[in-house]
Amino acid sequence: MSFSLATPEIFLLSATCFILLLDVFLKDKFRSIGYWASLLALGVTLVLTYQSWTEAKALAFNGMFVHDTLSVVLKMAVLSIVTAIFVYSKPYLIDRKIFKGEFYSISLFATLGMMVMISANTLLMLYMGLELLSLSMYALVAFNRDNGRCTEAAMKYFVLGAIASGMLLYGMSLLYGLSGSIELSSIAEYVANQKIMSSVALLFALTFIIVGLGFKFGVAPFHMWVPDVYQGAPTPVTMMLASAPKIAVFAMTMRLLVGGMEFGSEGWQQMLIPLIVMSMVIGNIAAIAQTNLKRMLAYSTISHMGFVLLGFVSASEGGYSAAMYYAITYAITALGGFAILIALSHEDGDAEELDDLRGLSRRHPWYAFMMMLFLFSMAGVPPLVGFFAKLYILQAVVSAGFVWLAVIAVLMSVVGAFYYLRAIKLMYFDKPIDERSISMSISFNALLSVNGLLVVALGLTPSLMALCLIAIKQSI
Amino acid sequence: MGFEQIIFYLFATALIMSAVSVVTVRNPVLAALFLIAAFFSSSAIWIMLEAEFLGVVLVLVYVGAVMVLFLFVIMMLDINTDLLREGFMRYLPIGLLIAVVIAAEMILVMMSKVFDKPIPAPLPANHSNTEALGEVLYTQYVYPFEIAAVILLVAIVAAIVLAHRKRPINTKSQKPGEQVRVKSSDRLRIIKMDAEKRAGS
Repeated sequence: MSFSLATPEIFLLSATCFILLLDVFLKDKFRSIGYWASLLALGVTLVLTYQSWTEAKALAFNGMFVHDTLSVVLKMAVLSIVTAIFVYSKPYLIDRKIFKGEFYSISLFATLGMMVMISANTLLMLYMGLELLSLSMYALVAFNRDNGRCTEAAMKYFVLGAIASGMLLYGMSLLYGLSGSIELSSIAEYVANQKIMSSVALLFALTFIIVGLGFKFGVAPFHMWVPDVYQGAPTPVTMMLASAPKIAVFAMTMRLLVGGMEFGSEGWQQMLIPLIVMSMVIGNIAAIAQTNLKRMLAYSTISHMGFVLLGFVSASEGGYSAAMYYAITYAITALGGFAILIALSHEDGDAEELDDLRGLSRRHPWYAFMMMLFLFSMAGVPPLVGFFAKLYILQAVVSAGFVWLAVIAVLMSVVGAFYYLRAIKLMYFDKPIDERSISMSISFNALLSVNGLLVVALGLTPSLMALCLIAIKQSI
Repeated sequence: MGFEQIIFYLFATALIMSAVSVVTVRNPVLAALFLIAAFFSSSAIWIMLEAEFLGVVLVLVYVGAVMVLFLFVIMMLDINTDLLREGFMRYLPIGLLIAVVIAAEMILVMMSKVFDKPIPAPLPANHSNTEALGEVLYTQYVYPFEIAAVILLVAIVAAIVLAHRKRPINTKSQKPGEQVRVKSSDRLRIIKMDAEKRAGS
């Protein structure tokens, strides 16, 4: 047994338990010690993960845990994103009087869940990681417990999430019943010896698995929870929901569909295609009708997740790495977008209506410029990172022969550009309704600027895409 | 039909009937009791499948602890069941339709040959399910076991965060010492006042 491969996870778990205990003994005056301790824990975990960089695949815990380049890259992405969320969310939490240590410890547990998912090598571990992540997220959505909308969103998320977990588990149990193993490599062997299109039982198991994954991704037609939960949850939690878990779910899809059922790609391709088309159409068209900014971004997430799945449809290394690139860069962009929402909100309410963006360029030109970068990136305007992410996906899809899918994706992106441009128009050409000035701490502004810079720089330098390609090539 | 099969069908019928009753009876306490009956029957089936440990744990944990707590909650909360049933008839047709379609699909798949596997030979009488579980739980499955522990920890922390409220500082509480030492003069004050005339008489 080589426990040492899981050093980052073990450290994070111990540190989180320590922070949980530490917080009990802290007086309200010193509450921010817990915050700094959480940042330190994430930082050290990040360093440990970076040090464990490997070119070779290694297993630990009797084949339950896999350590490869893919897992290192994705874990580092998740850890940096959660760190950024902590820094962004501090002023919001203090304003709302929910600046409590439990926010950080539960978020750290969610991070641990994501890391477990990313390194999972068996169906059991995929499910355990997912449950750890989901359970923490349910609690975080309800964190502002005196707010009725928060509680409603948490309730909805919990009930639908439980049903989706049940579906996924049912699919997994069927897969286990068929292949006789929970280890993904043995399942892959079993699937390789079957003709997926004529094996009803295998397709049946796959259907349930795709439904479960579809829910966790939030793609249509399993998207009903997304807008309500995004709107009801406190903005930092919405930020969390829209960013890091998407990377973890990407890893899960990668391990389950590609690692476990690559030879059944014919089967899952035909199931994913309707989901993708529906998410792109529903996501982009419904977003136009929204006046609430958080709901608009929720629908935009639905369409973006359609794009991530589109990368899987090509069933090629290029497609998977494009999907990975898309998931990471979308998480970074969404992070910035929600950070602006946090900056705009004030004590007497969250800024979440489109009207709150009006005249932002006069109230705070730098924030307006940053928001413009994020929105342009989501719309896919060159030379920002969102454009290249879409380009790589479309390249992979076209080379796999699905030209019509690429055409739909491009058309729907054009429709989507409308509501992003409308938001930019409101910021630059309208008069502000609310004339109050906005001021945030230096760390918030610095991080936001770095975030904006990343959205530009990651598009211009091909290094991240190259990294994704290496990671995917090495892990398959 | 052997003796074992008769027992199996007995428990299986009891399980299905009590499961149906859980959702159909009007009284929530009765529904909880039916759920206990369902747990009992399924634990019997597990024991027949040579999984004694799981059967025993199901009774101990679910019937012994979880359901007792459940009954407490039901009795303490005044649940208006009529409110829960609102719109039942409206959603019944579409719900039934979906249920029938899913059931039909599942039956079709389950009837396929893939699941037509031979029944494994019974294990020797001295085989201990508990021992087998104990051997792998902390060795082969230590990683998922630890993560399960973390999930439970998150559940505890989340429940406390969402439900625990700090008491206000001037909460009234009983002080037995003072209660014992109390004198009648602390509680009762006799005052003298003039007789008053009733208005109107």
